[in-house]
Amino acid sequence: MPRLNYEPNRSKEKTPMPSLEPAYRATCFEEVALGYTEEDAINEARRCIQCPNSPCVEGCPVGVPIPSFVAQVAEGNFAEAFALVKDANALPAICGRVCPQETQCEGKCTRGRNGDPVGIGRLERFVADWAMEQGITSSEANSEEGVGAGSDAAAKTLAGKKVAVVGSGPASLTCAGELVKRGCEVTVYEALHKVGGVLSYGIPEFRLPKDLVAREVSALSDAGVTFEVNALVGKLYTIDELMEERGFDAVFVGTGAGLPSYLGIEGEAANGVMVANELLTRVNLMKAYLFPEYDTPVYAGKKCVVVGGGNVAMDAARTALRLGADTTIVYRRSMEEMPARAEEIHHAEEEGVNFQLLTNPTRILTNDAGWVTGIECVRMELGEPDASGRRRPVPVEGSEFVIDVDMVVIAVGSKTNPLIAQTTPGLDVTSRNLVVADEETCATSKPGVFAGGDTVIGAATVILAMGAGKRAAAGIEKYLTEQA
Amino acid sequence: MYPILSTEALNSEVTRMVVQAPEIANKILPGQFIMLRIDEKGERIPLTMNACDPEKGTVTIIFQAVGATTMRLAQMKAGECLLDFAGPLGNPTELEGSKRACVIGGGLGTAIAFPQAKWLADHGCKVDVITGFRNKDLVLLEDEIAACAYRYKVMTDDGSNGNKGVVTAPLQEWIEEGADYDLVLAVGPVIMMKFVAATTRPHGIKTLVSMNPLMVDGTGMCGGCRVKVGDEYKHACVDGPDFDGHLVDFDDAMRRGVMYREFEGTAREIMAAKLAASEGRDCGEHAQTPAGEEGKGE
Ligand SMILES: Cc1cc2nc3c(=O)[nH]c(=O)nc-3n(C[C@H](O)[C@H](O)[C@H](O)COP(=O)(O)OP(=O)(O)OC[C@H]3O[C@@H](n4cnc5c(N)ncnc54)[C@H](O)[C@@H]3O)c2cc1C
Ligand SMILES: Cc1cc2nc3c(=O)[nH]c(=O)nc-3n(C[C@H](O)[C@H](O)[C@H](O)COP(=O)(O)OP(=O)(O)OC[C@H]3O[C@@H](n4cnc5c(N)ncnc54)[C@H](O)[C@@H]3O)c2cc1C
Ligand code: SF4
Ligand code: SF4
Ligand code: FES
Repeated sequence: MPRLNYEPNRSKEKTPMPSLEPAYRATCFEEVALGYTEEDAINEARRCIQCPNSPCVEGCPVGVPIPSFVAQVAEGNFAEAFALVKDANALPAICGRVCPQETQCEGKCTRGRNGDPVGIGRLERFVADWAMEQGITSSEANSEEGVGAGSDAAAKTLAGKKVAVVGSGPASLTCAGELVKRGCEVTVYEALHKVGGVLSYGIPEFRLPKDLVAREVSALSDAGVTFEVNALVGKLYTIDELMEERGFDAVFVGTGAGLPSYLGIEGEAANGVMVANELLTRVNLMKAYLFPEYDTPVYAGKKCVVVGGGNVAMDAARTALRLGADTTIVYRRSMEEMPARAEEIHHAEEEGVNFQLLTNPTRILTNDAGWVTGIECVRMELGEPDASGRRRPVPVEGSEFVIDVDMVVIAVGSKTNPLIAQTTPGLDVTSRNLVVADEETCATSKPGVFAGGDTVIGAATVILAMGAGKRAAAGIEKYLTEQA
Repeated sequence: MYPILSTEALNSEVTRMVVQAPEIANKILPGQFIMLRIDEKGERIPLTMNACDPEKGTVTIIFQAVGATTMRLAQMKAGECLLDFAGPLGNPTELEGSKRACVIGGGLGTAIAFPQAKWLADHGCKVDVITGFRNKDLVLLEDEIAACAYRYKVMTDDGSNGNKGVVTAPLQEWIEEGADYDLVLAVGPVIMMKFVAATTRPHGIKTLVSMNPLMVDGTGMCGGCRVKVGDEYKHACVDGPDFDGHLVDFDDAMRRGVMYREFEGTAREIMAAKLAASEGRDCGEHAQTPAGEEGKGE
């Protein structure tokens, strides 16, 4: 074992995360996880044994130097820790909160083989929040001698170049941030009135406070990124117009996967039935939970079923619960297959969300006025593994039953909006409308146009979108410097 | 911020408003709409482009005060600003190639249908226009329509203008007289569009209707604006708002339209009380921005 500068913490369990009481938080939209204290953070960091081959880093799509930053936390050097994290990850306060750590960094952690892995996400969040409280920005952090120096001092290789970034989710924000560092003039075009993509309209306040997203965005503004909201590219300007008439040398497309999927069952358009995007947009983007102080209303029933098992389903269920509905998740596979973050499933259970697993809806029942009254479901059992390696659920004949509800939320995935593909000649897309882009450079079939994030790989994760944004910036740099 | 350049009451319920939005003015076509938000606490509501002037950089909207947002909007004055104004959204109406058309507007739908009628007239189409209102005091855009229509008829529910009846009556009459329409376009209450479609169906006349479901984002993301067309549900904001009137399930649309009625009632009452309390003065929440300032995003 390598020499540690600290006395290791041999506890098999993660230092607990201070959180709001489940009974209280189920009634409000305040952030659930409160974050580590300095003492908690040092304690948790000392559980790291500084593995020489650092398997955890392999699990992180953006290569956060986990052992080094954790070692700094263990010794109480939070500024140094922050600089190390920030150098690899532009949005640590966000990733620390929303990354599916159990399948990424923490999934690979040596300590996890016998007990809990090191709480890497929690530590990342801690250092980012700590830095924010101290008012430390990335540039200050990076200017501290020797630590993480590099990216902010990057050569202004793109001075005089103009790049348009379409969409403002994590892929776009990361790409924009990387490009301004290189001296590029960057304009972000966002269709909605608020910047942030899913971080603003999808993930709820109780999991990701919106002022945190706003702070990251204003840091980008300060660095020189221009944001144009209310700008639906494809309608207001096409990509060709951006390049030919508005003088952009390159375009990054980070438009996400916002188009909802449906179940395709009877009754799906009944009143009281909505897709998760509608519920979440009303609540997060439009602040409908504060109606009538805010003008946008949101329908909430007394008894709600949310269909699906991903993060979106979990967010929708916990939102419906907070709006006062007795809420049940209906998911066709078992708990082990649920794609949602483990912590969110755990929080949902604590707050009183019910789970009907191995259950699939077959029909939505309505009354004469067309309002939902129930959802008919069938029990499932797990058969042979499918292409994704997960065992395929098959219906158990004759096991239909009805759950009485007055609200149903559908959260069964989303697809890429076809608008960009339809309005951009020369841009190749797959049969599912995913933009085709090179894995390394993010270049598309159209010269000067790059793409990354959900719009390329389908609904995935924040950190994968960020990784793509970062690679795209490098790809754009290469393209523009070779052109010159 | 998007400055309001002028407002004008067209009748007791309907206001015309000219907004500075040069980028949108350059692009927006008949049938397309914008979504606006008055201020940070406001709702996003869709309103159709009534006119636009790319040279002056203006977009004109006409709206009826029916609920909290439109009531508040009606109180706003030239010089005030709208926080958000996004567009063009939806698809332009497919008008190309029509030689003989009938455009029908019900109530406020008249304002929405007007740019289409004008476009058709400007492009060599002989266009008849029929509009319908509850009474003669509510009649909209009479002069503008008269200037572009080949034949023009205004109907009222109460007969106060001398033409009592529904819009489908003259439509039926003109079709039977032999007007060889290649296009009928109807914009108005769902029930009116349903009857227009029923009138043209036996004659096999191509009929477009402009659907106005509840919308949240207007970009194809929330699924709130689903309209049943044939066997499938379509998103009116990206696939419409115009659809084939012979395929739209109007009863389904009417049912979905009441989803938020209770909330709308609450909001309307609260807004009415607020507006009464402020005695019709402006709401004081809006920065006074000089007209003519460029309307850009935040
Ligand atoms: C409810 C919910 C919860 C989630 N929870 C997690 C989680 O806990 N952890 C995790 O890692 N991932 C989570 N995800 C997934 C994650 O948020 C996405 O993978 C990620 O945001 C994708 O980033 P992106 O930059 O590709 O696009 P997005 O974040 O989708 O942003 C795209 C943006 O582009 C805009 N846009 C679209 N079309 C246009 C256009 N034509 N012109 C201009 N703008 C346009 C959209 O309005 C949007 O703002 C969640 C997703 C949802 C919906
Ligand atoms: C594509 C599109 C274009 C539109 N263009 C125009 C326009 O040019 N001018 C205009 O005045 N209105 C137009 N509308 C309708 C307009 O958006 C609504 O009147 C507005 O949202 C009402 O908001 P509110 O807060 O004032 O009232 P709310 O409180 O939302 O509603 C008040 C009352 O109006 C009814 N209502 C609500 N939404 C709609 C709707 N979408 N269509 C019909 N009735 C509704 C409600 O059932 C309720 O009875 C359009 C709608 C769509 C979808
Ligand atoms: S960015 Fe995500 S995956 Fe990487 S270390 Fe941080 S929490 Fe783990
Ligand atoms: S794998 Fe775990 S214990 Fe090992 S260095 Fe990484 S975080 Fe520390
Ligand atoms: S308004 Fe949200 S999908 Fe059309």
